[in-house]
Amino acid sequence: MTPTSLELLAVASALVAFSGLPGLLLPAGSTAAQRIATVLHVLGCAAGAVAAAWVLAGDTATARFAWPLPGGSVTFSLDRLSAFFLVPVFVVSGLGSIYGEGYWAEAHHPKNGRKLRCFYGLATGSLALVMVAGDAWSFLIGWEFVSLAAFFLVTTDRDDAAALRAGWIYFVSAHAGTLILFAMFALLRDATGAWLLAPSAALGSSPLLRPILLLALAGFGFKAGAIPLHVWIPEAHAVAPSHVSALLSGVVLKMAIYGLVRVLSMLPAYPTWLGLALVALGVTSGILGVVMALAQHDLKRLLAYHSIENIGIILIGLGVGALGMARHRLDWAVLGFAGGLLHVWNHAAFKSLLFYSAGAVIHATGTREIDALGGLFRRMRFTGTAFLVGAVAICGLPPLNGFVSEWLISLASFRALVGEGGGVEILGAAVAAPALALIGALAVACFVKAFSAVFLGTPRGPHATRDVADASRSMRFSMGALALACAAIGLWPAGAAGVSRRAADVLLGAHAGPAASADLGVLGGMPLFLLGLIAAAGVAGRVLMRPTARTTTWDCGYAAGSPRIQYSASSFAQMLVGLFRWAVLPDEHRPRLNGPFPAAGQRFESHAPDPVLDRFLLPLFSRGRSLLGLARVIQVGRLQAYLLYIVVTLVVLLAWSASW
Amino acid sequence: MVTSVANLAAVLILAPFLLGAINRTKALVAGRKGPPLLQVYFDLAKLLRKGFVVSRTTTWVFYAGPVLSVVAPFVALLLLPLGGGPAVLSFTGDMILFVSVFALARFFVAAAAMDTGSPFEGMGAAREVTFSALAEPALLFGMLALTRMSGSLSLTKMLDPGAAGAWQKASASIILILASWFIVLLAENARVPFDDPTTHLELTMIHEVMVLDHAGPAFGFVVYGVALKLTVFATLLVTLLIPSRSGSHALDFVLFAGGLVGVSVVVGLVESSMARLRLVRVPQLLVTATLLAGFAVVLVLR
Repeated sequence: MTPTSLELLAVASALVAFSGLPGLLLPAGSTAAQRIATVLHVLGCAAGAVAAAWVLAGDTATARFAWPLPGGSVTFSLDRLSAFFLVPVFVVSGLGSIYGEGYWAEAHHPKNGRKLRCFYGLATGSLALVMVAGDAWSFLIGWEFVSLAAFFLVTTDRDDAAALRAGWIYFVSAHAGTLILFAMFALLRDATGAWLLAPSAALGSSPLLRPILLLALAGFGFKAGAIPLHVWIPEAHAVAPSHVSALLSGVVLKMAIYGLVRVLSMLPAYPTWLGLALVALGVTSGILGVVMALAQHDLKRLLAYHSIENIGIILIGLGVGALGMARHRLDWAVLGFAGGLLHVWNHAAFKSLLFYSAGAVIHATGTREIDALGGLFRRMRFTGTAFLVGAVAICGLPPLNGFVSEWLISLASFRALVGEGGGVEILGAAVAAPALALIGALAVACFVKAFSAVFLGTPRGPHATRDVADASRSMRFSMGALALACAAIGLWPAGAAGVSRRAADVLLGAHAGPAASADLGVLGGMPLFLLGLIAAAGVAGRVLMRPTARTTTWDCGYAAGSPRIQYSASSFAQMLVGLFRWAVLPDEHRPRLNGPFPAAGQRFESHAPDPVLDRFLLPLFSRGRSLLGLARVIQVGRLQAYLLYIVVTLVVLLAWSASW
Repeated sequence: MVTSVANLAAVLILAPFLLGAINRTKALVAGRKGPPLLQVYFDLAKLLRKGFVVSRTTTWVFYAGPVLSVVAPFVALLLLPLGGGPAVLSFTGDMILFVSVFALARFFVAAAAMDTGSPFEGMGAAREVTFSALAEPALLFGMLALTRMSGSLSLTKMLDPGAAGAWQKASASIILILASWFIVLLAENARVPFDDPTTHLELTMIHEVMVLDHAGPAFGFVVYGVALKLTVFATLLVTLLIPSRSGSHALDFVLFAGGLVGVSVVVGLVESSMARLRLVRVPQLLVTATLLAGFAVVLVLR
């Protein structure tokens, strides 16, 4: 392959990255600025998606391009793994840009619409840079650009105190992660002898292998949001505009998964402990992520915790694959890797779909509070159906896409048990299937809660009773496209698994190739068959279940029911949250009862602040600040004093080095 | 293939009889005469002919619940070996689809309950999704152990421990799985000690309270779905328990059907001999089931 695909990608990324700039020359609030930005953005994304699909379908492994610069050169390389991650970047970002036409119309947001479009494009372009980076430097430059652009996206509304708080939390945690990555890449350079991100035989025997991998887990874990490094996720996703939340959750988190996979692909062999660590991290993030989601009653915060859960599922897949490689069992390794990678696509599709439809609800009702909503399905039929499709998909239920990737990972777990001999690798892989089942079942609980509290039943408050209209045409287009993507992957599992296997080849090293993929296609037409069966039963149900009369819901003869007696999101989740109280640490305010009934104004309330951020880190930091205040005595504000500090430090260092 | 389809048809017809067998057992233990064994068939015939009053708050989701509560166990029956023959549908990894279709049905049954906006049905839905979430890992651990014993990734071979001689090699594991899955059967089918299908006090129920607003034909779908689901879980136990196949299809099927009725009788005896657990105890029992199945995996892995 000539570097043509790389050239096309470079043009596409540049187009996307600077799509918001022309708008800056036009006055605030001008619809023309919005149109130009969207058209450029969508064109760039389309070109980029074509380039990525081209590489993914092609036979040659890598296109490389070295760009000599003063003091070295920067390398770009595009292989199937990069292309695999680039597809969701361009698809989700392009659809998000169309969605933004209706959701964040320039006419309604003259103060920050142009800024939003500018940074939205920049973030997407820099994401592409991360995915094609061939060496540590270009990787880190792209990484930093994404982090900064995302900060400005989260704080789009500068007047919103919650957005600023979330932005700063994100800023600090992103840079903590970046610092760790600096250390990781430096050690990597030491171990491999080059800055290049290419497979290295020297890495396998290097004594630095363990610290490098631990640093990679921590650094990428910060960005991906593996528990307990997830602190920025619920904050930032909740306050950002919804198509930005979709970009953050669907794509920016995946950038970290990409980085991790890229580092894994450099290994000549997989140590067992790495697979076990990935599975442990994945199971923890998966289960606790969904449990914390259950405790939320802010719709977007709930979705944000589900991102943590899905990152957990991806990590489980990668971990099971790594265990298979450590055990030299390709049959289960390829299933784990292919499943984990396919979940990257799937999560990008259904989570963006969920954020878009949640955004449509927020746009129409003006609130994120689930317990203030209800009964929206009749008036927001399209949005409700889109949310339902996303909900069924994220729970890993057939016949939609989430099922396919989780099926692959579970099958890897079962495959591990076929054959003789025991060992810690098999035990680690065996945990995956039951853990995925638990995660899926808890997700069912969470999304029955979210879907029914928002869309079913009767409206609970003024937000939901006011004149609510369904989403605008541009928003419906983006939701429809993603819902179709969820259905397509779900109904054609063999094709989707085949594509993710091609990307997983990078992880299989010398064993790469179609030979290893015997089980990938066995699901075949089953989802389609299931869909047909459901459709047939639905027709039969329609014929047999003809309503003969309509009346109120059965109320036990108590004829004064109000919408407030409905089960709310909090009451629905109460039992499960109670079971996992030790992890969620919810806040409960119980009124003191002095009689059989609570007095007027007495309310029971429960909140679930983040256990790591609000219970641990913020108190720690505020303690730390007063302690570090003691060090302020050396900050005297005179230049001479600072020069003196430098001289003293240098002398001490020189003396220390001389004494060696 | 022909025998498999014939077996499936027979099981589809037999399913409501199992509910009748449970009720008859309970009546006999209590010293009553009890309803006829075929009462559930009469009920189904009556329900399909009845009118259907629907709440004004509901949407199409309300109808999806009953439809899926029949589809899910039907798909599960397609995947299970019934009465000695192989399953109608069998492919690598079918046990994961088996678990997932029930989750799909649970999603829509619970959403249908929430669709009515009734606090009773919301309560039932919340309990259903909570308890089923805890029951699912037990099912998976059991299947993992069976995969190890049989070396197979498909339910047909997995549930045939006689063929691989597993009853001799790993009988302890099989007994643990049977115990664990019997608890799962009671929980998933809303039987005592998890739920009491006969009580009519809404506050104490799980499954029955979820379908309070489904009447007439929709309730008929629900009842048939309940019968099929009981059959599915009883099939898991019976197929594991019968250690070998005679080779004669007729004999094998009679043995299998007898086993299904036997499981129903045991369920009836359990219901006659103990009370419903307090709701806070229910998760503990389900975790016990998971641990039993987990032990089974550890035993075969050593």
